[in-house]
Amino acid sequence: MAEIKNNPLLTPLNLNNPITVQVLGICSALAVTSKLQPALVMGLSVTVIVAFANVIISLIRDTIPNRIRIIVQLVVVATLVTIVSEVLKAYAYDVSLQLSVYVGLIITNCILMGRLEAFAMSNGPWASFLDGIGNGLGYAGILVAVGFVRELFGSGALFGFKIIPQSLYDAGYMNNGLMIMPPMALLLLACIVWYHRSKEKSLQEN
Amino acid sequence: MESLLSLFVKSIFIDNMVFAYFLGMCSYLAVSKNVKTALGLGVAVTFVLVVTLPINYLLETLVLREGALKWVSPELASLDLSFLSFILFIAVIAAIVQLVEMIVEKFSPSLYSALGIFLPLIAVNCAIMGGSLFMQQRNFTGISEATVYAFGSGIGWLLAIVGLAAIREKMAYCKVPDALRGLGITLITVSLMAMAFMCFSGLKI
Repeated sequence: MAEIKNNPLLTPLNLNNPITVQVLGICSALAVTSKLQPALVMGLSVTVIVAFANVIISLIRDTIPNRIRIIVQLVVVATLVTIVSEVLKAYAYDVSLQLSVYVGLIITNCILMGRLEAFAMSNGPWASFLDGIGNGLGYAGILVAVGFVRELFGSGALFGFKIIPQSLYDAGYMNNGLMIMPPMALLLLACIVWYHRSKEKSLQEN
Repeated sequence: MESLLSLFVKSIFIDNMVFAYFLGMCSYLAVSKNVKTALGLGVAVTFVLVVTLPINYLLETLVLREGALKWVSPELASLDLSFLSFILFIAVIAAIVQLVEMIVEKFSPSLYSALGIFLPLIAVNCAIMGGSLFMQQRNFTGISEATVYAFGSGIGWLLAIVGLAAIREKMAYCKVPDALRGLGITLITVSLMAMAFMCFSGLKI
């Protein structure tokens, strides 16, 4: 059990999930999930950026003066985000339009700073890399789950393809317009947290 | 003048940073346990927004935008430096936050200790960075517009966090299901508040 508990790759997927347990990076998690595709792209971008930022910071952690570490971390992250943003603009222009400012906001995504501070500053590069991948995937998982529900019930589609058959619409079924609105993202996340905490009793707060 | 007022009201209620764009959620959820601290953080965020946004606006119009460097020399007119905007914006923000931290530490030690770790974390508060990025996206026509937008979004954020803190203070006496306690019920509260704020959409002055 102890082995699983300390595994940097697997714990963030469940017991130490960045969103539902560490409460990091909620901003973008909610904003980009009204459709599945941007949610997936966002999740993958964050995974890549967390992993490499973790490795870089972990490599130079002994040379960073403590007073200015936040600025150093921000510069490393901002550089990586700039690269990802340019790549997205070149190869997935539509998605980068949909994500709009939220790609830039990965810089200030709390997952990055949280993981850099809590893990990369005190661990080796390989462990930090695994931790980054794990946290990124844990984050992407929640995004995809929320995006799935919102797109399915909000627009009757997944990845832009119609899933709910036309005959159902003819019979009087309607898309739930509220699903696309911001409040439902919060509510769905609350449901995920609820489910997660009722399964894992150790996470409950008093 | 009228358009500035309209922008101000719009950025507080309709384009509310928290309820419409989910910006600054991390500190929003973490520091909203009591009204006093929430008020302090809200004021700090508003202040940092009002200071950083005009600076970033000048940076954007005079340095980064395509053709913006024309005032230096005509040869630079074709230069487009906007890919540097992330790094420069965050550098400005980090520097200003450091400044605010020192000022607060000097003049209000009690607020300083109450805000604790969240003061330096304003630097990574998405609301601040988001303000600058929205400014870049919306092509404001003048520095006054950018400043009014910054002030409005700051007030909107302040309003949201103080409201949530007040609700949570009352909620401390409620019996909430075990698994929902803490994060879960807070998210549901925020969701209901967001629904209430949706009533403002379409508001015009």
